[in-house]
Amino acid sequence: MQDLINIFVKSIFIDNMIFAYFLGMCSYLAVSKTVKTSVGLGFAVIFVLGITVPVDYLLNEYLLSPGALAWLSPELATVDLSFLSFIMFIAVIASMVQLVEMIVEKFSPALYNSLGIFLPLIAVNCAILGGSLFMQEREYQSIAEATSFGLGSGVGWFLAIVAIAAIREKIRYSNVPPALRGLGITFIITGLMGIAFMSFMGIKI
Amino acid sequence: MSEEVKKREPLFSAKNRKLLTTPLGKNNPITVQVLGICSALAVTVKLEPAFVMAISVVAVLAIGNVVISLLRNMIPPRIRIIVQLVVIAALVILVDQVLKAFAYDVSKQLSVFVGLIITNCIIMGRFEAFAMANKPWPSFLDGLGNAAGYGLILIIVAFFRELLGSGTVWGYPLFEKLGIYSVGYENNGLMILPPMALITVGIIIWVQRYKNRELIED
Repeated sequence: MQDLINIFVKSIFIDNMIFAYFLGMCSYLAVSKTVKTSVGLGFAVIFVLGITVPVDYLLNEYLLSPGALAWLSPELATVDLSFLSFIMFIAVIASMVQLVEMIVEKFSPALYNSLGIFLPLIAVNCAILGGSLFMQEREYQSIAEATSFGLGSGVGWFLAIVAIAAIREKIRYSNVPPALRGLGITFIITGLMGIAFMSFMGIKI
Repeated sequence: MSEEVKKREPLFSAKNRKLLTTPLGKNNPITVQVLGICSALAVTVKLEPAFVMAISVVAVLAIGNVVISLLRNMIPPRIRIIVQLVVIAALVILVDQVLKAFAYDVSKQLSVFVGLIITNCIIMGRFEAFAMANKPWPSFLDGLGNAAGYGLILIIVAFFRELLGSGTVWGYPLFEKLGIYSVGYENNGLMILPPMALITVGIIIWVQRYKNRELIED
Protein backbone atom coordinates (compact mmCIF):
# COMPACT_ATOMS: atom_id res chain seq x y z
CA MET A 1 0.00 0.00 0.00
CA GLN A 2 2.79 2.36 0.92
CA ASP A 3 4.43 1.65 -2.43
CA LEU A 4 1.26 2.62 -4.23
CA ILE A 5 0.95 5.92 -2.38
CA ASN A 6 4.60 6.57 -3.02
CA ILE A 7 4.21 6.04 -6.78
CA PHE A 8 1.09 8.20 -6.76
CA VAL A 9 2.76 11.13 -5.00
CA LYS A 10 5.94 10.77 -7.01
CA SER A 11 4.09 10.89 -10.33
CA ILE A 12 2.12 13.98 -9.27
CA PHE A 13 4.95 16.11 -7.99
CA ILE A 14 8.39 14.83 -8.93
CA ASP A 15 7.80 13.16 -12.29
CA ASN A 16 5.14 15.67 -13.24
CA MET A 17 4.12 15.08 -16.85
CA ILE A 18 4.39 18.74 -17.80
CA PHE A 19 7.15 20.16 -15.66
CA ALA A 20 9.56 17.26 -15.86
CA TYR A 21 8.79 15.71 -19.26
CA PHE A 22 6.85 18.38 -21.19
CA LEU A 23 4.19 15.88 -22.17
CA GLY A 24 0.86 17.20 -23.34
CA MET A 25 2.21 20.68 -23.93
CA CYS A 26 0.11 21.31 -27.04
CA SER A 27 -3.27 21.11 -25.36
CA TYR A 28 -1.75 22.58 -22.20
CA LEU A 29 -0.91 25.77 -24.10
CA ALA A 30 -4.02 25.85 -26.25
CA VAL A 31 -6.73 25.19 -23.64
CA SER A 32 -5.30 27.03 -20.65
CA LYS A 33 -6.93 30.38 -21.43
CA THR A 34 -9.72 29.98 -18.87
CA VAL A 35 -9.87 27.94 -15.67
CA LYS A 36 -13.25 26.41 -16.48
CA THR A 37 -12.28 24.65 -19.70
CA SER A 38 -8.94 23.61 -18.29
CA VAL A 39 -10.65 21.91 -15.33
CA GLY A 40 -12.80 19.98 -17.81
CA LEU A 41 -9.86 18.92 -19.92
CA GLY A 42 -7.86 18.08 -16.80
CA PHE A 43 -10.54 15.70 -15.56
CA ALA A 44 -10.80 14.11 -19.00
CA VAL A 45 -7.04 13.50 -18.96
CA ILE A 46 -7.13 11.97 -15.44
CA PHE A 47 -9.93 9.68 -16.53
CA VAL A 48 -8.31 8.60 -19.80
CA LEU A 49 -4.89 8.05 -18.19
CA GLY A 50 -6.48 6.11 -15.32
CA ILE A 51 -8.04 3.71 -17.82
CA THR A 52 -5.46 3.43 -20.57
CA VAL A 53 -2.38 2.82 -18.42
CA PRO A 54 -3.78 -0.32 -16.69
CA VAL A 55 -5.23 -1.60 -19.98
CA ASP A 56 -1.91 -1.08 -21.72
CA TYR A 57 -0.21 -2.72 -18.74
CA LEU A 58 -2.27 -5.87 -19.30
CA LEU A 59 -1.53 -5.75 -23.03
CA ASN A 60 2.16 -5.38 -22.35
CA GLU A 61 2.24 -8.11 -19.71
CA TYR A 62 0.25 -10.77 -21.59
CA LEU A 63 0.92 -9.97 -25.22
CA LEU A 64 3.80 -7.72 -26.07
CA SER A 65 6.81 -8.00 -23.80
CA PRO A 66 9.45 -10.68 -24.53
CA GLY A 67 8.16 -14.09 -23.43
CA ALA A 68 4.75 -12.70 -22.57
CA LEU A 69 2.97 -15.21 -24.78
CA ALA A 70 4.19 -18.13 -22.63
CA TRP A 71 0.72 -18.43 -21.08
CA LEU A 72 -0.65 -19.53 -24.46
CA SER A 73 1.81 -22.32 -25.05
CA PRO A 74 5.43 -22.92 -24.01
CA GLU A 75 6.62 -22.75 -27.62
CA LEU A 76 5.69 -19.09 -27.81
CA ALA A 77 7.92 -18.17 -24.86
CA THR A 78 10.62 -16.81 -27.16
CA VAL A 79 8.34 -14.50 -29.13
CA ASP A 80 9.04 -10.80 -28.65
CA LEU A 81 6.29 -8.54 -29.94
CA SER A 82 7.44 -5.39 -28.18
CA PHE A 83 8.01 -3.60 -31.51
CA LEU A 84 4.22 -3.60 -31.91
CA SER A 85 3.66 -1.74 -28.68
CA PHE A 86 3.38 1.75 -30.22
CA ILE A 87 0.59 0.77 -32.54
CA MET A 88 -1.27 -1.31 -29.92
CA PHE A 89 -1.07 1.44 -27.30
CA ILE A 90 -2.27 4.12 -29.65
CA ALA A 91 -5.19 1.93 -30.73
CA VAL A 92 -6.26 1.44 -27.11
CA ILE A 93 -5.94 5.17 -26.48
CA ALA A 94 -7.92 6.17 -29.56
CA SER A 95 -10.80 3.87 -28.66
CA MET A 96 -10.83 4.97 -25.00
CA VAL A 97 -10.95 8.62 -26.07
CA GLN A 98 -13.88 7.83 -28.33
CA LEU A 99 -15.61 6.30 -25.30
CA VAL A 100 -14.94 9.31 -23.08
CA GLU A 101 -16.21 11.59 -25.83
CA MET A 102 -19.47 9.67 -26.05
CA ILE A 103 -19.91 9.70 -22.25
CA VAL A 104 -19.23 13.43 -21.94
CA GLU A 105 -21.53 14.24 -24.85
CA LYS A 106 -24.33 12.28 -23.18
CA PHE A 107 -23.98 13.51 -19.61
CA SER A 108 -22.56 17.02 -19.94
CA PRO A 109 -23.33 18.69 -23.27
CA ALA A 110 -22.13 22.05 -21.91
CA LEU A 111 -18.70 20.65 -21.12
CA TYR A 112 -18.72 18.86 -24.47
CA ASN A 113 -19.31 22.13 -26.29
CA SER A 114 -16.70 24.05 -24.36
CA LEU A 115 -14.03 21.39 -24.86
CA GLY A 116 -14.85 21.40 -28.56
CA ILE A 117 -12.08 20.07 -30.71
CA PHE A 118 -9.78 19.32 -27.80
CA LEU A 119 -11.59 16.21 -26.65
CA PRO A 120 -10.75 14.16 -29.73
CA LEU A 121 -7.30 15.66 -29.56
CA ILE A 122 -6.72 13.89 -26.23
CA ALA A 123 -5.98 10.91 -28.48
CA VAL A 124 -2.91 12.74 -29.69
CA ASN A 125 -2.11 14.24 -26.30
CA CYS A 126 1.44 13.14 -25.66
CA ALA A 127 0.72 12.77 -21.96
CA ILE A 128 -1.57 9.80 -22.61
CA LEU A 129 0.78 7.83 -24.84
CA GLY A 130 3.69 9.00 -22.71
CA GLY A 131 2.00 7.50 -19.65
CA SER A 132 1.78 4.11 -21.32
CA LEU A 133 5.34 4.24 -22.65
CA PHE A 134 6.76 5.26 -19.26
CA MET A 135 4.76 2.47 -17.66
CA GLN A 136 6.40 0.04 -20.09
CA GLU A 137 9.87 1.48 -19.60
CA ARG A 138 9.77 1.62 -15.80
CA GLU A 139 8.49 -1.98 -15.55
CA TYR A 140 5.87 -1.60 -12.83
CA GLN A 141 5.33 -4.83 -10.95
CA SER A 142 1.54 -5.06 -10.74
CA ILE A 143 -1.58 -3.62 -12.26
CA ALA A 144 -2.23 -1.70 -9.02
CA GLU A 145 1.10 0.09 -9.40
CA ALA A 146 0.36 0.88 -13.03
CA THR A 147 -3.07 2.28 -12.12
CA SER A 148 -1.61 4.37 -9.34
CA PHE A 149 1.00 5.74 -11.76
CA GLY A 150 -1.65 6.53 -14.38
CA LEU A 151 -3.93 8.34 -11.95
CA GLY A 152 -1.04 10.20 -10.34
CA SER A 153 0.23 11.44 -13.71
CA GLY A 154 -3.28 12.56 -14.59
CA VAL A 155 -3.64 14.49 -11.34
CA GLY A 156 -0.25 16.10 -11.89
CA TRP A 157 -1.29 17.19 -15.37
CA PHE A 158 -4.60 18.50 -14.00
CA LEU A 159 -2.81 20.57 -11.35
CA ALA A 160 -0.42 22.01 -13.89
CA ILE A 161 -3.07 23.10 -16.39
CA VAL A 162 -5.40 24.56 -13.76
CA ALA A 163 -2.54 26.50 -12.18
CA ILE A 164 -1.35 27.97 -15.50
CA ALA A 165 -4.93 28.84 -16.48
CA ALA A 166 -5.41 30.74 -13.23
CA ILE A 167 -2.16 32.63 -13.79
CA ARG A 168 -3.07 33.42 -17.39
CA GLU A 169 -6.43 34.82 -16.33
CA LYS A 170 -4.65 37.21 -14.00
CA ILE A 171 -1.79 38.08 -16.32
CA ARG A 172 -4.19 39.73 -18.73
CA TYR A 173 -4.14 42.75 -16.45
CA SER A 174 -0.36 42.98 -16.35
CA ASN A 175 1.88 44.98 -18.57
CA VAL A 176 3.80 42.29 -20.47
CA PRO A 177 6.22 43.42 -23.23
CA PRO A 178 4.26 43.21 -26.51
CA ALA A 179 6.52 40.65 -28.16
CA LEU A 180 6.27 38.36 -25.16
CA ARG A 181 2.47 38.47 -24.85
CA GLY A 182 0.53 35.22 -25.14
CA LEU A 183 2.76 32.32 -25.98
CA GLY A 184 6.13 33.67 -24.88
CA ILE A 185 5.19 34.61 -21.35
CA THR A 186 3.29 31.34 -20.92
CA PHE A 187 6.45 29.40 -21.73
CA ILE A 188 8.51 31.39 -19.27
CA ILE A 189 5.92 31.07 -16.49
CA THR A 190 5.75 27.33 -17.10
CA GLY A 191 9.52 27.18 -16.78
CA LEU A 192 9.40 29.06 -13.48
CA MET A 193 6.63 26.76 -12.21
CA GLY A 194 8.80 23.82 -13.23
CA ILE A 195 11.64 25.18 -11.11
CA ALA A 196 9.21 25.53 -8.21
CA PHE A 197 8.06 21.94 -8.66
CA MET A 198 11.65 20.77 -8.55
CA SER A 199 11.68 21.62 -4.87
CA PHE A 200 9.54 18.51 -4.33
CA MET A 201 12.45 16.36 -5.46
CA GLY A 202 13.47 13.79 -2.91
CA ILE A 203 10.05 13.53 -1.25
CA LYS A 204 9.45 9.97 -0.11
CA ILE A 205 6.62 8.55 1.96
CA MET B 1 6.13 15.56 -75.16
CA SER B 2 8.22 18.63 -74.45
CA GLU B 3 5.07 20.78 -74.53
CA GLU B 4 3.45 18.65 -71.89
CA VAL B 5 6.43 19.12 -69.65
CA LYS B 6 6.26 22.88 -70.10
CA LYS B 7 2.62 23.05 -69.09
CA ARG B 8 3.25 21.38 -65.76
CA GLU B 9 4.22 23.44 -62.80
CA PRO B 10 8.00 23.44 -62.39
CA LEU B 11 9.16 21.34 -59.44
CA PHE B 12 10.55 24.31 -57.57
CA SER B 13 8.08 27.03 -58.52
CA ALA B 14 7.85 30.10 -56.31
CA LYS B 15 4.82 28.62 -54.56
CA ASN B 16 6.59 25.37 -53.81
CA ARG B 17 9.70 27.12 -52.58
CA LYS B 18 7.52 29.10 -50.23
CA LEU B 19 6.09 25.89 -48.79
CA LEU B 20 9.60 24.89 -47.92
CA THR B 21 10.83 28.16 -46.47
CA THR B 22 7.98 29.83 -44.54
CA PRO B 23 7.91 27.15 -41.81
CA LEU B 24 11.54 27.94 -41.08
CA GLY B 25 10.69 31.47 -40.01
CA LYS B 26 7.37 33.28 -40.24
CA ASN B 27 5.20 30.21 -39.89
CA ASN B 28 7.43 28.11 -37.66
CA PRO B 29 5.53 25.10 -36.27
CA ILE B 30 6.87 25.53 -32.74
CA THR B 31 7.04 29.26 -32.15
CA VAL B 32 4.07 30.36 -34.26
CA GLN B 33 1.70 27.46 -34.83
CA VAL B 34 2.38 26.06 -31.32
CA LEU B 35 2.55 22.47 -32.52
CA GLY B 36 4.81 19.64 -31.47
CA ILE B 37 6.22 21.13 -28.33
CA CYS B 38 5.58 17.98 -26.34
CA SER B 39 8.47 15.93 -27.57
CA ALA B 40 10.60 18.89 -28.57
CA LEU B 41 11.90 20.02 -25.23
CA ALA B 42 12.93 16.92 -23.37
CA VAL B 43 15.53 15.89 -25.94
CA THR B 44 17.38 19.20 -26.07
CA VAL B 45 19.94 18.77 -23.30
CA LYS B 46 22.62 17.82 -25.83
CA LEU B 47 22.97 18.51 -29.55
CA GLU B 48 23.31 14.91 -30.66
CA PRO B 49 19.94 13.54 -29.46
CA ALA B 50 18.25 16.75 -30.65
CA PHE B 51 19.75 16.26 -34.10
CA VAL B 52 18.70 12.61 -34.27
CA MET B 53 15.21 13.57 -33.13
CA ALA B 54 15.02 16.27 -35.81
CA ILE B 55 16.07 13.81 -38.52
CA SER B 56 13.50 11.26 -37.30
CA VAL B 57 10.72 13.82 -37.42
CA VAL B 58 11.79 14.96 -40.91
CA ALA B 59 11.63 11.35 -42.12
CA VAL B 60 8.25 10.61 -40.53
CA LEU B 61 6.60 13.87 -41.57
CA ALA B 62 7.87 13.99 -45.16
CA ILE B 63 7.05 10.34 -45.91
CA GLY B 64 3.81 10.47 -43.95
CA ASN B 65 2.63 13.56 -45.81
CA VAL B 66 3.25 11.83 -49.14
CA VAL B 67 1.43 8.66 -48.04
CA ILE B 68 -1.59 10.58 -46.72
CA SER B 69 -1.62 12.75 -49.81
CA LEU B 70 -1.68 9.69 -52.07
CA LEU B 71 -4.48 8.16 -50.00
CA ARG B 72 -6.42 11.39 -49.57
CA ASN B 73 -9.22 10.52 -51.97
CA MET B 74 -9.66 7.05 -50.53
CA ILE B 75 -9.87 7.86 -46.82
CA PRO B 76 -13.46 8.15 -45.55
CA PRO B 77 -13.65 11.41 -43.57
CA ARG B 78 -15.20 9.80 -40.50
CA ILE B 79 -12.32 7.48 -39.77
CA ARG B 80 -9.49 9.65 -41.04
CA ILE B 81 -7.93 10.15 -37.59
CA ILE B 82 -7.50 6.40 -37.12
CA VAL B 83 -6.06 6.01 -40.62
CA GLN B 84 -3.61 8.85 -39.96
CA LEU B 85 -2.59 7.33 -36.65
CA VAL B 86 -1.92 3.98 -38.27
CA VAL B 87 0.26 5.57 -40.95
CA ILE B 88 2.22 7.55 -38.34
CA ALA B 89 2.59 4.62 -35.97
CA ALA B 90 3.89 2.37 -38.76
CA LEU B 91 6.47 4.97 -39.81
CA VAL B 92 7.54 5.61 -36.22
CA ILE B 93 8.01 1.90 -35.59
CA LEU B 94 10.30 1.82 -38.64
CA VAL B 95 12.30 4.80 -37.36
CA ASP B 96 12.52 3.27 -33.88
CA GLN B 97 13.81 -0.05 -35.20
CA VAL B 98 16.35 1.68 -37.45
CA LEU B 99 17.60 3.76 -34.52
CA LYS B 100 17.84 0.69 -32.30
CA ALA B 101 19.86 -1.08 -34.96
CA PHE B 102 22.25 1.70 -36.01
CA ALA B 103 22.37 4.23 -33.17
CA TYR B 104 21.61 2.27 -30.03
CA ASP B 105 23.11 4.74 -27.55
CA VAL B 106 21.14 7.68 -28.89
CA SER B 107 17.99 5.59 -29.04
CA LYS B 108 18.46 4.77 -25.32
CA GLN B 109 18.90 8.48 -24.56
CA LEU B 110 15.76 9.40 -26.45
CA SER B 111 13.89 6.60 -24.59
CA VAL B 112 10.14 7.10 -24.89
CA PHE B 113 10.43 10.23 -26.98
CA VAL B 114 10.86 8.34 -30.24
CA GLY B 115 7.50 6.68 -29.58
CA LEU B 116 6.04 10.05 -28.75
CA ILE B 117 6.62 11.22 -32.33
CA ILE B 118 3.30 9.43 -32.93
CA THR B 119 1.47 11.97 -30.83
CA ASN B 120 3.54 14.90 -32.02
CA CYS B 121 0.88 17.43 -32.94
CA ILE B 122 2.94 18.73 -35.88
CA ILE B 123 2.43 15.49 -37.75
CA MET B 124 -1.32 15.21 -37.25
CA GLY B 125 -1.60 18.95 -37.79
CA ARG B 126 0.15 18.88 -41.18
CA PHE B 127 -1.78 15.78 -42.28
CA GLU B 128 -5.06 17.50 -41.47
CA ALA B 129 -4.16 20.96 -42.70
CA PHE B 130 -2.15 20.17 -45.80
CA ALA B 131 -1.75 16.59 -46.98
CA MET B 132 -5.49 15.83 -46.97
CA ALA B 133 -6.05 18.57 -49.55
CA ASN B 134 -2.92 18.67 -51.70
CA LYS B 135 -0.95 16.65 -54.24
CA PRO B 136 1.99 14.46 -53.14
CA TRP B 137 4.86 16.73 -54.27
CA PRO B 138 3.70 19.92 -52.50
CA SER B 139 2.83 17.76 -49.49
CA PHE B 140 6.33 16.36 -49.46
CA LEU B 141 7.81 19.88 -49.51
CA ASP B 142 5.40 21.03 -46.84
CA GLY B 143 6.36 18.10 -44.63
CA LEU B 144 10.03 18.71 -45.23
CA GLY B 145 9.72 22.42 -44.49
CA ASN B 146 7.69 22.04 -41.32
CA ALA B 147 9.84 19.27 -39.91
CA ALA B 148 12.93 21.34 -40.72
CA GLY B 149 11.41 24.33 -38.91
CA TYR B 150 10.79 22.10 -35.93
CA GLY B 151 14.31 20.69 -36.10
CA LEU B 152 15.78 24.18 -36.38
CA ILE B 153 14.26 25.27 -33.06
CA LEU B 154 15.31 21.96 -31.48
CA ILE B 155 18.89 22.46 -32.57
CA ILE B 156 19.03 26.11 -31.47
CA VAL B 157 17.68 25.21 -28.02
CA ALA B 158 20.01 22.23 -27.72
CA PHE B 159 23.01 24.31 -28.81
CA PHE B 160 22.50 26.89 -26.07
CA ARG B 161 21.63 24.35 -23.40
CA GLU B 162 24.67 22.22 -24.16
CA LEU B 163 27.01 25.20 -24.48
CA LEU B 164 25.92 26.96 -21.29
CA GLY B 165 25.07 23.83 -19.31
CA SER B 166 28.02 21.56 -20.08
CA GLY B 167 30.41 23.90 -21.90
CA THR B 168 30.56 21.60 -24.93
CA VAL B 169 29.37 21.64 -28.54
CA TRP B 170 28.46 18.18 -29.85
CA GLY B 171 30.63 16.69 -27.10
CA TYR B 172 33.61 18.91 -28.04
CA PRO B 173 34.81 20.76 -24.91
CA LEU B 174 34.74 24.23 -26.44
CA PHE B 175 34.93 26.29 -23.25
CA GLU B 176 37.78 24.20 -21.90
CA LYS B 177 39.79 24.65 -25.10
CA LEU B 178 39.15 28.39 -25.08
CA GLY B 179 40.42 28.56 -21.53
CA ILE B 180 37.28 30.19 -20.15
CA TYR B 181 37.31 28.06 -17.01
CA SER B 182 40.69 29.38 -15.98
CA VAL B 183 39.29 32.90 -15.58
CA GLY B 184 36.68 31.64 -13.15
CA TYR B 185 33.72 30.63 -15.38
CA GLU B 186 31.50 27.83 -14.06
CA ASN B 187 29.03 25.73 -16.02
CA ASN B 188 25.46 26.80 -15.41
CA GLY B 189 23.91 23.59 -14.05
CA LEU B 190 20.45 25.10 -14.28
CA MET B 191 20.54 24.90 -18.10
CA ILE B 192 20.56 21.10 -17.98
CA LEU B 193 17.38 20.95 -15.91
CA PRO B 194 14.06 20.61 -17.76
CA PRO B 195 12.52 24.01 -16.90
CA MET B 196 15.26 25.88 -18.73
CA ALA B 197 14.17 24.34 -22.03
CA LEU B 198 10.85 26.13 -21.64
CA ILE B 199 12.48 29.40 -20.76
CA THR B 200 14.89 29.11 -23.70
CA VAL B 201 11.99 28.59 -26.10
CA GLY B 202 10.21 31.50 -24.47
CA ILE B 203 13.19 33.71 -25.20
CA ILE B 204 13.43 32.47 -28.81
CA ILE B 205 9.77 33.39 -29.25
CA TRP B 206 10.42 36.78 -27.73
CA VAL B 207 13.31 37.51 -30.11
CA GLN B 208 11.38 36.26 -33.13
CA ARG B 209 8.29 38.33 -32.36
CA TYR B 210 10.36 41.36 -31.61
CA LYS B 211 11.80 41.11 -35.14
CA ASN B 212 8.47 40.22 -36.77
CA ARG B 213 5.94 42.67 -35.44
CA GLU B 214 2.99 41.10 -37.24
CA LEU B 215 3.30 37.93 -35.14
CA ILE B 216 2.51 39.71 -31.87
CA GLU B 217 -0.66 38.50 -30.11
CA ASP B 218 -2.85 40.89 -28.20
